[in-house]
Amino acid sequence: MTHTQEQVVTVRPEPSQQPVVEMRDISITFGTVSALDRVSMRLFPGEVHALMGENGAGKSTLIKALTGVYTIDAGTIVVGGEEHEFHTPAAAQAAGISTVYQEVNLVPNLTVAENMLLGREPRRFGAINVRAMNRRARQTLERLGLDVNPGSLLGDHPIAVQQLVAIARAVDVDARVVILDEPTSSLDADEVEKLFDVMRRLREHGVAIVFVSHFLDQIYEIADRMTILRNGRLVEERMVAETSQLELVRLMIGRELEVLERLDRDQRQAAVSSETPVLKAVGLSRKGSLEATDLTLYEGEVVGVAGLLGSGRTELARLLFGADTADHGELEVRSSRRRLRSPRHAIDRKMAFSSEDRKAEGVIGDLTVADNMLLALQASRGWLRPIPQATRARLVRDYIQALDIRPADPDALMRNLSGGNQQKVLLARWLITDPDVLILDEPTRGIDIGAKTQIQTLVADLAAKGMAVVFISAELEEVLRLSHRVVVMRDRRKIRELPNDDVSVSDVLEIIAGEARQTEEGTA
Amino acid sequence: MTDTLDRAPAPERGAARPGLAGRLLGHQLLWPVLAIIVMLVIDVIANPSFLDVRIQDGHLYGNVIDIARNSAPVMLVALGMTLVIATRGIDLSVGAVAAIAAAVACTRIVESADEGAASATILASTTALAVCVLLGVWNGFLVSVLGIQPIIATLVLMVAGRGLAMLITDGQITTPTNDTFSNLASGFVLGLPIAFLIALGMVALTAVLTRRTALGMLIEAVGINPDASRLAGVRARTITWTVYVFGAVCAGLAGLIIAANTNSVNANSLGLWIELDAILAVVIGGTALTGGRFSLAGTVVGALLIATLVRTIPSIGIPSEANYLFKAFVVILVCLLQSPRARAALRVRGRRGAQPKAVAA
Repeated sequence: MTHTQEQVVTVRPEPSQQPVVEMRDISITFGTVSALDRVSMRLFPGEVHALMGENGAGKSTLIKALTGVYTIDAGTIVVGGEEHEFHTPAAAQAAGISTVYQEVNLVPNLTVAENMLLGREPRRFGAINVRAMNRRARQTLERLGLDVNPGSLLGDHPIAVQQLVAIARAVDVDARVVILDEPTSSLDADEVEKLFDVMRRLREHGVAIVFVSHFLDQIYEIADRMTILRNGRLVEERMVAETSQLELVRLMIGRELEVLERLDRDQRQAAVSSETPVLKAVGLSRKGSLEATDLTLYEGEVVGVAGLLGSGRTELARLLFGADTADHGELEVRSSRRRLRSPRHAIDRKMAFSSEDRKAEGVIGDLTVADNMLLALQASRGWLRPIPQATRARLVRDYIQALDIRPADPDALMRNLSGGNQQKVLLARWLITDPDVLILDEPTRGIDIGAKTQIQTLVADLAAKGMAVVFISAELEEVLRLSHRVVVMRDRRKIRELPNDDVSVSDVLEIIAGEARQTEEGTA
Repeated sequence: MTDTLDRAPAPERGAARPGLAGRLLGHQLLWPVLAIIVMLVIDVIANPSFLDVRIQDGHLYGNVIDIARNSAPVMLVALGMTLVIATRGIDLSVGAVAAIAAAVACTRIVESADEGAASATILASTTALAVCVLLGVWNGFLVSVLGIQPIIATLVLMVAGRGLAMLITDGQITTPTNDTFSNLASGFVLGLPIAFLIALGMVALTAVLTRRTALGMLIEAVGINPDASRLAGVRARTITWTVYVFGAVCAGLAGLIIAANTNSVNANSLGLWIELDAILAVVIGGTALTGGRFSLAGTVVGALLIATLVRTIPSIGIPSEANYLFKAFVVILVCLLQSPRARAALRVRGRRGAQPKAVAA
């Protein structure tokens, strides 16, 4: 196994060694929502530390607490033996903590050297000493084994190189801690290798690296230690070499609901087994987001899509709805085979799609609840045929009541509603169009348990009435509770499809991790 | 109609409903309306007969009537601009479009067989507005299909349009002699200036088109959240395209009125900087440049404020050299009073001043 060999080479932090950063019992609340609840994390010099957890687990909140973007409500941050409280990112940087974000925040139309030394340019007689600047940049780049011309424009390089330059900039400010927040999500395999090379060199120089990635294989290749979070709480700190992938996934997702799960299964209605396919996708693919995938939906069934973040579950939903256009493959909706070029086409074919990104792709914040609810129906009627006042009032009243939306005020502004109620309004937006196919991407993310249960019940009812539902969620319990059939995804493709009779969370985890084991064996 | 006009800007409905005084104080249009009143009061102090309106030949005459008439071009341009801004866009080319419309209309009238005939004006104006539709299609194409930033896309026509207008008039100041045409600016119907009635008519038409159909809501949805609107099936592209066409037609009408006012067209100067006045009117009226909720009533008030200001400057004896400075001063004042942040800052400042300094420790 490659990663165990690396463990030998790396200096393993001894218990006696002082952590360079120690965060103890950090709590952060936003309003009434607790984002972090007494979370602790230790970073040792010369280690790659993976921060693990599903979406909403609190990874980025923890990072932002460490880098001074958020102010902590409780807890202590000790850096190099001294207690610190960072109120600005600049303060954190001065203490040697640098962050490289997913979107490189450097200046594309300056040179590589200028970017690396921005704000700290070597000067001579008041003017910037370009030669000294390029020399210093070249030294740093060489130290990291990077062959980049310091005088070239940053924007001329691919995003991977820009990211490496961002890291080089962090190294140049003598960072003791470098935080890499999903640096690999847009890189290809070679670029990832290059990045890992740089990370190994940094590790040799005693830098502590925080690494966030949704690709488990990468964690096992590069990371030494990991901190696992779930729902804003610390689950455990583990050595990577001592934790199997299955264990890790289980720790990330949790499985405290297994009893509930069995109970729910008994209540679930048997599938309204229908032989009429409503939607049939064959070989649907899009470069960089989904490999060729087949999927057939039948009337009255809920198809659950299970997979970790980045597995392609959202990309599949978007391709089905025409929110993104597929490069290849065929999509047959009610035996019409026209290509879906836009959401509008999909809506005309009685499809509906609720995006995982409620705020950016669902809510129209400054419009009223009523307008938000009626938007899709109005859009498909066209602007010249406004929905009659009486129909409008009736529809809105009915759905506010049926979905228990609060406040029950059609004229309330959408942005003033809580997440759960916004989600219900968005569901109502689609239900009003009376769709045959309903695609729900994370419909219960970040909403309270009451609204969650209501939405789950609603989905079951809709399917019982003959609607075909695609249900995507990071919570496997939820997927298994609702769906008649489960599609398991990983690494941007479908790896298994199975009828949901007595499938348990661990079965699905086995499938996801099992696939990992296979690929690992293949490459080893 | 007031209800139709006055839907936005959104008061926080559903929140606690304040009393009449509270609602009045919180109303977005309070400060611009007050500013107009204050200016009129100043005018009356400087010239006690300022508000006098007399009837002559069945027409109304007076400063107030002049203000109404002179507000027409800016009001028209601002009307189109309101919808463009509501979709998160902006149209810098309106001044040039006005010049092109005027150039087309005037040269057509001059070239027509019977220069004085009413039919010449009708034909020429229709041609001019048709050209404006094409210009709007061009702007809309750049913005909605090619995805060029509105400020850049319309900058193209802002610069090129002047050149086009110059070509149409051969670089000459064209002066048509046609009573029907000059009536566009100086004529009266029912005692009121035709120009003002045209502007009001367009406002009413727009109000009905946007608020009695679903168009207004769809425009706002696109302006507030284009991605969400697209996913909900709104034809965002078509809507964006349409508002630029509408904006160009409004600008064309304004151009015709401006040309009729002097019975001439100077392609170099006609409608120069009118885009800035129009944007100002929109912003004063409470429609945010970030798009979304728009207020047609606000735009009307904004245009009236600018016209009142222009009339006030000479009447209170401000030298014409200080013209622009004074205008800027009033505009900044109104915008500051409208800005929630500035008002909050003023309030905090007031409270802090009242407290003892020991708080600092």
